[in-house]
Parts: sequence; C-alpha cells; structure tokens
Amino acid sequence: MTVVLTETDETEVAATGGLWLTAAEAERATGWTLKPEGMCRGEVCVPLPAGMAKGGRIDLAAFWRHMGHPVVSDDAGETWVLGTGAATRSEMLAGLEAPDFTLPDLDGKPHRLSDLRGRKVFLTTWASW
Amino acid sequence: MWQVLYQDLEQLGFMVVAVAEESRGPDSARPWIEQAKPDYWSLIDPDHLVARLYGMTNVPQSVWIDEQGRVVRPAETAGSTDHFRRMDLKTRTMAPEDQAARQAARDAYFAAVREWARTGEHALPADAARAKQPKVTPEIAAAHAHFRLGTWLRAHGRQAEGDRHLKEASRLHPDSWNIWRQAADLDEVGKASGPEFWARVQALGDRPYYPPPDLPGFPR
Repeated sequence: MTVVLTETDETEVAATGGLWLTAAEAERATGWTLKPEGMCRGEVCVPLPAGMAKGGRIDLAAFWRHMGHPVVSDDAGETWVLGTGAATRSEMLAGLEAPDFTLPDLDGKPHRLSDLRGRKVFLTTWASW
Repeated sequence: MWQVLYQDLEQLGFMVVAVAEESRGPDSARPWIEQAKPDYWSLIDPDHLVARLYGMTNVPQSVWIDEQGRVVRPAETAGSTDHFRRMDLKTRTMAPEDQAARQAARDAYFAAVREWARTGEHALPADAARAKQPKVTPEIAAAHAHFRLGTWLRAHGRQAEGDRHLKEASRLHPDSWNIWRQAADLDEVGKASGPEFWARVQALGDRPYYPPPDLPGFPR
C-alpha cells in the first residue's frame, strides 16, 4: 500500500508507478473529484493537463505540483506528502481567517479551534525541547 | 501562568489554547501539562500543524484570534526575550539586571493580552494584521512538506531516511527554530539546547532569536 499525507490526513491508497490513482482513490486522499471540467473541490475546478490522466488513473503527484504545491516522497515511492504551496498559504494568511484545526489533548480527546467562535482566543505554542 | 490568565479572564469570553509542538508525542509534554493542571485547552501537535498553518518559526509564539475567528495579531514572540543569549553558559545563570528585564518584558506582554481581553486594545486593524503575517516562500512551503515526511518516517522506525528530510527542511527554512530544534530533539533529547544550538544562536549576530512584538514596553 501507498500512504498519502495531506495537511491533516493520512490515507492508504493503491497506487501504481509513482502516485497514479483511480479518481475514487484520489478523491478519498485529497477531496478533489474528477469531473468533465477537470479536478474539482467545492466551487473550484482545475483543468487536468494532458498526460496526467491515463487508463482511468490520475497522476496525483503531477497534478498537485501543477497546482503549485510541493510534493515529496520517500525513497521507495510509498509515502507521499502533498503539501500546501506558498501562494495558497499566503492567500490564507492574507485572508486573516484563523486557519481551523483539530488536535487532541493528553487524553486523546479532539478539540476544534472553530468551536471557540464567539470567544477571544489566545493561541500559543510551546515545546518540551 | 496560562492557567492564571485563563482563570482571570474566562468570564470575559476569553480562551487559552496552548499547543505543544511535540513530534515525540504526548508523553514528552505530559509532565508539564500535568503540573499546570489546565482548564484551558492544552493540545498536542506532533506534526507541527499549527506552526505550519500560522507561519510560526519558534516557541513560544502566539496568535490572537477575535470572536469572529479573525486573526488580530499574527504570530509573534509571546513574552520571551533575547536576554538568555548573555547567559553564563558554565553556571547557566543570567545577570540580575537581565533577569529583571526579562521578567518585565514577560509582564508587559501578558499585560497586553489582558488589556485585549478586557477592552480589545492592541488588536490590529485588518491592513496592519495582514502586513504582519509571516511571508511564505516556495522554500518554506517545501520545508514543511519535508518536515512532515521526516517526522512521519521517524515515527515509523525509518530514522536515517527521516533525518535526511528533516535536514532538508532546515536547509530550506533556516529561520525556523521549530524545525531545527525539533529535529535535534528527535535525534537526542537535550540536543535542541546543546552546543550546536548555541552555535546557531551565536551565528545570528545582531539578529534576534525572539523578535520583540510591536507592543508597549518592547524595543522598536
């Protein structure tokens, strides 16, 4: 099996020759859906360049880079990180909406930042190291 | 410290979310959290997701978020100062005046947090907040991808291969102390504040390790 790591998720997929996935697997790993107009998520559609789809599969790594995002993989090509590109990240920061996240506490209980809407939040970081 | 802040201000609709950037996982953070006995949210972030999302490069850094979920102060140093750089490394002590100045800066920062909670003061208008957001380059974006892969590989027993990606992450984003120090800690507990760390700090020269926030009581 191949592992795809996105910003927050980890998905096992059946890939061939790099990161060629069926449209269903690509959607499960990234939330992007293959439609006649291209790869779509929500209202946004990005045309899929020739060569990135073949025999019912999509070259997800190439498509991700095509969108301006970094892609890195392990030596065996079995673990892939689909990152977030500088332009996308900069746009999100410029929008000033606090990026949402869900993280566990010590007991593993998940907490979602956006559940605190209506309160002022002092978001702070620390580390043991 | 955060518990007192939270207790004093929670009735005003104020919340503290303290995120531990800990790729070793919850047990590395556990002793501190159990001692703090927090009523606020104390969360564990092995992938440094929050640092990535908010463009943070060191700890402690904070972001102020208003009731509408808008960032009103982007990532900035949360009360720490560079006085530690003048520490006597043999005795690990600081001169009394440096200790006092350090405490004064911490007090000034948390006084500002309290004023914000009470009156909204120090929240930046949108344009100013936008201008202060961290700048993300393609190198930084790639560094985060390598860091994610490196910590994942390490967590899956593939130390040498993971370390290559962590090293590449630091090369691409040399200003991120989070990336370098977390990788050093994964290599060996204590290394994040060992001789290599001090050499890196010295190499900063006139540049700050903890850039002061643009708040009253801090140097401009």
